[in-house]
Parts: sequence; C-alpha cells; structure tokens
Amino acid sequence: MNHPRNSAWTWSFLGLGFFFLYAPMLSLIVYSFNENRLVTVWSRFSTKWYAALFQDEQMLGAAWVSLKIAFFTACAAVVLGTMAAMVMTRLRAFRGKTLFAAMVTAPLVMPEVITGLSLLLLFVSLSTWTGFDFARGMTTIWVAHVTLTMAFVTVIISSRLAELDRSLEEAAMDLGANRIKVFFVITLPIIAPALVSGWLLAFTLSLDDLVLASFVSGPSSTTLPMQVFSSARMGVSPKINALATILIVTVSTVGVIGWYFMQRAERRRQREMLLAVKQ
Amino acid sequence: MSALTGGWRRFLPAPRWALISVPYFWLLLFFLIPFLIALKISFAKAAIAMPPFTDVLYWVDGFPVLKLRGENYLFLLGDSIYLNAYLSSLWIAVVATLLCLAIGYPMAYAISRLPASSRNFALLLVILPSWTSFLIRIYAWIGILKPNGLVNNFLLNLGLIDAPIKMLHTPFAVYIGIVYAYLPFMVLPLYTNLVKHDHRLLEAAADLGAKPWQSFLKVTLPLSKAGIIAGCMLVAIPVVGEFVIPEMLGGPDTLMIGRVLWQEFFNNRDWPVASAVAMAMLAILIVPIVIFHRAQAREMEGKLT
Repeated sequence: MNHPRNSAWTWSFLGLGFFFLYAPMLSLIVYSFNENRLVTVWSRFSTKWYAALFQDEQMLGAAWVSLKIAFFTACAAVVLGTMAAMVMTRLRAFRGKTLFAAMVTAPLVMPEVITGLSLLLLFVSLSTWTGFDFARGMTTIWVAHVTLTMAFVTVIISSRLAELDRSLEEAAMDLGANRIKVFFVITLPIIAPALVSGWLLAFTLSLDDLVLASFVSGPSSTTLPMQVFSSARMGVSPKINALATILIVTVSTVGVIGWYFMQRAERRRQREMLLAVKQ
Repeated sequence: MSALTGGWRRFLPAPRWALISVPYFWLLLFFLIPFLIALKISFAKAAIAMPPFTDVLYWVDGFPVLKLRGENYLFLLGDSIYLNAYLSSLWIAVVATLLCLAIGYPMAYAISRLPASSRNFALLLVILPSWTSFLIRIYAWIGILKPNGLVNNFLLNLGLIDAPIKMLHTPFAVYIGIVYAYLPFMVLPLYTNLVKHDHRLLEAAADLGAKPWQSFLKVTLPLSKAGIIAGCMLVAIPVVGEFVIPEMLGGPDTLMIGRVLWQEFFNNRDWPVASAVAMAMLAILIVPIVIFHRAQAREMEGKLT
C-alpha cells in the first residue's frame, strides 16, 4: 500500500509549530546562564543564578512541600484512577453509572477557579458542621490534587483497558481464576505502562498547579507554583529562569527515557503476541 | 480452609461494589458536593464572621428554615463589569480555540502522515511541553514580549522599528499565551482521530478524479469531526475560566471572569459573590461540558466514531 506522504506545506507547518512550542523554553534556558540581572540583555556567561536559587530558603522549602504533595497525589490518583477505569470499561451498567461517568470526565475541563473555590467551601463547611477542624494545608491540597488528577489517570488507563484483548482475561477465568486474581495476574501487568504514565502525569500536574493550591492552602503550606507566581508578578527574575531550566531538563530527560522504555516494551509485547499466534 | 474463606466472604461486600464505591464516594464528596455547597453559599450574604457569610439554612423551633437571598445574582446583573467579563471571556475563548485549531490541525495532520516509526516521537515532542510547568511557560513569554524583551530587541537591532512595540499586557499577549499553553490539548485528540483514517478512501477519491484539496474537504475533514469537537472543548472550556494567563500577560483592562472571581475571593473577601460568579460561569459552561462528556464517554468505553 502506498503510504501517504507529507507535502512541503505540511512539513513547514510542523516545523513552525515545533519552533513555536520550543523557542520560548529554549530562551528560558539560554538566559538562565546570563550574568545580567535584566535577564534578556546578554552580558556574559554565568551560573550565579543557580547558586542564588539554591540559597533561596523560601523557594527550596516550597519545592519540598510541592514534591511531597505531588508524590502522594500521584500514588492515590493511580489507585483511584485504576478503579474508576475498571468501573468504566469492565463492569456492566449499574444504576448511577451515568453520574459516575460525568464526574470522571468533568474535572478534565472544569475551570480550576470553580473547583478550587468549591473545595475550599466544602472544607470550611465540614469544619462548621462537624466541629472538627479541617485545617487548610498539605492534606487539603492533596485532596484537591487527587480529585483533579484521577480524571486524567482514568482516561489514560481506560484507553489502555479498552484496547486490551479481553480473551486473555476470559481464558484465565475459564481456567478457574476468580476476578480479583485475574486482575492482579493478567490485567495489571499488561496495563503497567499506562499506570506508569498515569503516575508521572499526576505527579507533574500536581507539581504544576497554582489555582487549586491557592484556594485550599493554609498559611504554612506554600507550594512551588505559589512561590514562583508571587515572584514572577514582580517581573522577570533570573532565579526563575534557573529553576525553569532545571524543571525543563528533568522533565525532558524523564520523558524521553520513559518513552524509550515504553516503546521497547510495546514492541517486545507485539513480537511475543505474533509468535504466540504463529505457534 | 476454603470453607472458612468462603464463610468470611459472605460478610465482605462483593468485589464489584467495593470497586465501584471507593472512587464513587471520593468523587461525590470532593467533586459533586462542593458544587452544591458553593450553590448554597451563592445565596448567602457576606458577613464579618468565620466563615464570612450568613447561614442559608437554619433551625427555628426544630424546623429548618431556608433563607435564599438572590442579591448576589442581582448584583452580578446590575454591575456591567460582570456581564462584560463573561462576554469577553467567551469571546477570548472562541478566538483562541479557533487559533489553536488553525495551528493544531495542520500539525496533527502532518504527524499522522509521518512514518509509523517517527510518529510516536513527534507526538512526544508535542506533549512534552505540557509536562513542564504551565506557569513557567507563561512566564517565558514575559521575557519575550516585554518592552526590552527578545522580540523588541531583535526588531530594534534589525532597524525595523525605532521604539519598542508594546506587546506585553495587551490582548495580543493573552492570545499568544493561551494558544501556546493549550496547543497540545488540541493536537492530541485531532491526532488520535486522524491516525485512524483509512488511506484507501483518499486513494479512491483520487481515482475518481478528486484533487487533493477536494478529497481533504470531502473526506478527511468530515471524518475528523469527532476529533475537532473534542479538541475544541478541551481548549475552550478551561480557557473561559483561565486566571493565570490574563493575570501574567494581560493588562489591567483584560477582563476575564476567572480573574474577577479571584479578586472577589482573595481581594474583596466576598465569598458569596465569588460563589455566585462561579455558579453563573458553570451555568454557561454546562452545555459544552455535556457535549465534551458525551464524546469522551464514547471514547472511554471503547466505541468507535
């Protein structure tokens, strides 16, 4: 079959699109090594802003808070997201499934100002009704982030479950394994790559969120985006460029390595399935 | 042994119900109920107390009394700033979504026609920016667009302009920021759709004498309708409530409803009015959210088209 080719037109669109996506990030990286305080006026190469960043106690403290929240968010979102995805793809219809499906997809597009405000009002109301103080802080941010990110994890895992060959699960069930065993022995290993990408996505979304955290955080829990936002409001600062460079380099490295391994695992799986069919 | 576990099982909920109830309970408590509470508080009145609003529901002699005050909504209607903010948010969302579509469609189209081996890598390049901090990518544009920023310096050095052009803190900067931040969300669903197309349809169209642009308009574009809808909803709905981009790149006159809500809550500390602003925004967005949900649910349950 003749594979369709891209014309010069589509190639140039692709090139321009990638230029648009990557040029601003490259500019951040280049100017993070600029000695000049004015950021975009180049004077000479220097790493002094990295040194300044690592002496900024507030920034480091906020980063630590954010990393902790992101780790626990990602773990909880993967568990809840996997359960929600199983409900969406593997269970026959039950009463209330329509509402469930709506609550799973709505957070994907719901403006964060609405979710953030509503969650804050929930925590405040819970405190008045129960008398127990739901102090705003890391736990409330965690709850907000889990609710947001589990929607994304559910989508990733559902699409993996939907394309998965059901005959494997059915075969195991015919051989006498119960549903729980089938899930842990057959389904879970096959969807493992989706769990990993879901975990990473939840982690980065949580690490990145400003709006939800601003609404539900307390005085002692300033996250990294909140810290960055308040200093970026004052104008550009070379320290933020240094932080941006560290973030971009870390994410790209993890992203490319993760992509490479998943690609390899996928190819191996397809080869093995092909062999199994031939035998 | 098996008899024992079998006996125990009877007291445990069936796995099916355990599986459903945990995420169901979480979403009810932390997603649905908060909206109901916000709806309730939007009918309250701001007060100097903790929490800073009056009771909507209270008990008189053992009977519940519901006191709904419509003042907040009347207030929103009465002050033109709110109506203007809603209208301008909708306008900005529509224009930015069309811009995203105009840039994202050709990109998704080009990626879907790459050889299978490089397709996934190109897709990774599209998604990768959205994994790095949203805030920092918006911040990058401040350095590019400001009066002594990269673009102005470049144009001044070339001698094309004599004085810096004001780009930062203008609607132009807001559009750039939105398109930049949301482009991956447009490309992804479009690509997922376009890559599934059967190329033999285009060959058939060509055999029947259609020019490439004709077969694009008559075959490819109608077939990608689902992808276009998903991509547009994924961009337009959150953009209506966007706060960070107008705050960082827009001017003081860039009116967007997310920003108004933020100011009501954080600066004016008027929680009931902020709730009313949120509920009115939700009322506008509910139809697009339902459209998006329908498309997404079909996708999630593995049905095609």
